[in-house]
Amino acid sequence: MGGREATMVLLDENGIRCDGRKVDETRHVMIRAGGLKNADGSAYIEFGDNKIVAGVFGPRDVHPKHMSDTDTGILRVRYHMEPFSVGERKNPAPSRREIEISKVIKEALEPAVMLEMFPRTVVDVFIEVLQADGGTRCAALSAASVALADAGIPMRDMVAGCAAGKVADTVILDVNNEEDQAGQADMPMGYMPTLEKITLLQLDGILTPEEYEKCVEFGIKGCMQVYELQKKALSEKYFDGENGRGGSGRSQKR
Amino acid sequence: MDVRRRYVIPGDTITSGPYRPEQNVTLVGGKKIVSTVVGVSEIYDNTVKVIPLAGKYIPKINDLVVGKVIRHTSLSWELDINSCYVGFLPATDVFGRDFSAHADELATKLRTGDLVAARVANFDRTRDPLVTISDRDLGKIDSGDLVEIAPGRVPRLIGKRGTMIQTIETATNSVITIGQNGRVVVACDDAEGLLKAKKAIRMVNSMAHSTNLTEKVKEMLESGNGAPRETTTTTITTERREDDRE
Repeated sequence: MGGREATMVLLDENGIRCDGRKVDETRHVMIRAGGLKNADGSAYIEFGDNKIVAGVFGPRDVHPKHMSDTDTGILRVRYHMEPFSVGERKNPAPSRREIEISKVIKEALEPAVMLEMFPRTVVDVFIEVLQADGGTRCAALSAASVALADAGIPMRDMVAGCAAGKVADTVILDVNNEEDQAGQADMPMGYMPTLEKITLLQLDGILTPEEYEKCVEFGIKGCMQVYELQKKALSEKYFDGENGRGGSGRSQKR
Repeated sequence: MDVRRRYVIPGDTITSGPYRPEQNVTLVGGKKIVSTVVGVSEIYDNTVKVIPLAGKYIPKINDLVVGKVIRHTSLSWELDINSCYVGFLPATDVFGRDFSAHADELATKLRTGDLVAARVANFDRTRDPLVTISDRDLGKIDSGDLVEIAPGRVPRLIGKRGTMIQTIETATNSVITIGQNGRVVVACDDAEGLLKAKKAIRMVNSMAHSTNLTEKVKEMLESGNGAPRETTTTTITTERREDDRE
């Protein structure tokens, strides 16, 4: 993409990646619960150079009415990238890619959210990508899950997202933009840590069965790290300080 | 031995002992009891529940709620009960069985914007909550100030066997109506008492899960701090209350 080095060494002889990480290391992740006053629940995530805000409304009345379901609540997800989130201006109209990501995030959250408790209602999740650097769908999924918990919507489990992939014939954890563009495979995953269930799994590239197994193992490992930060972000907002609103609600990991 | 009270987030395992799962928990694999919301888990006798710290009010049959009239048709009123569903108050509940849609005008009893103390008479998955005002102490609220708190903090405001609310009521000589939906109406003849009661309610809302809260509230009520500022605020409150009566 715009102005990146064409011949980049994705993995050197010491097993160090282009951004200085080891093969099984995630980028720096920071999650903050809350922050938006008008949304029922919200979260902000920094996943390496990705910066994403998620806002949640609901459960609330469904509009248009014909979308409502008498048996269960429904979940609507909008993933959107800001025009300034990438190198060259992105048309703000929803693209094919954004519609797809909205769909997969919705389907990754659905097994966790207990929508059947609120028939005839909707839970709206809005995700805005402020800055993108590869792996936005996993970061967006993680943020959306924290925002849902912040809104007090009953969930069977949190959903954490992290990608695994392959560059230079080596399986790596948390694929960044360069590795995504020039690498051999990218496999975003969503995972429910307590239920031990995978809710999102996509694969772009070619992996052998052994590599695939290793990717799943790496992906789950990354998701567990993100999960710890999700937990921390929520406890910082709700349980720190005497009034429960103390603390900055920030949690970081390097 | 399980921890009796602790902070949990969705997906946290509370216990795998032989307890009965109650509100805001779910059974995983027939054994583990897992929280579904951010809150404080409680193991009491043989039951497990989580008191939520966030989220909207979910109507329950027999809950006392404070609703605001949104609109009315010729047969019923719709109340905003601070939930994802609207409260449905049929006209027959107010006018009695001989209600006639032609003869009786609903606006004579309740107008849009009126506050109503109501009880949830019926609610299930198939329809909006049916509320009633035909009971003692229910009906239109004529006087008092509305304070909104998080629905999850209501049990804390009431306290164990009503200790917290009794403390506030006796100290400020006020009458407080608490709706389970997080709406609280404070009525007090003394402007200073009203102000103090409201302050105490807001204090409970913001400090809901600190220990010894009743003592802290008592202390605040008895101390009468911020006296010089209170005199100016008092006049404003008095004026507003007179406006309400008009």
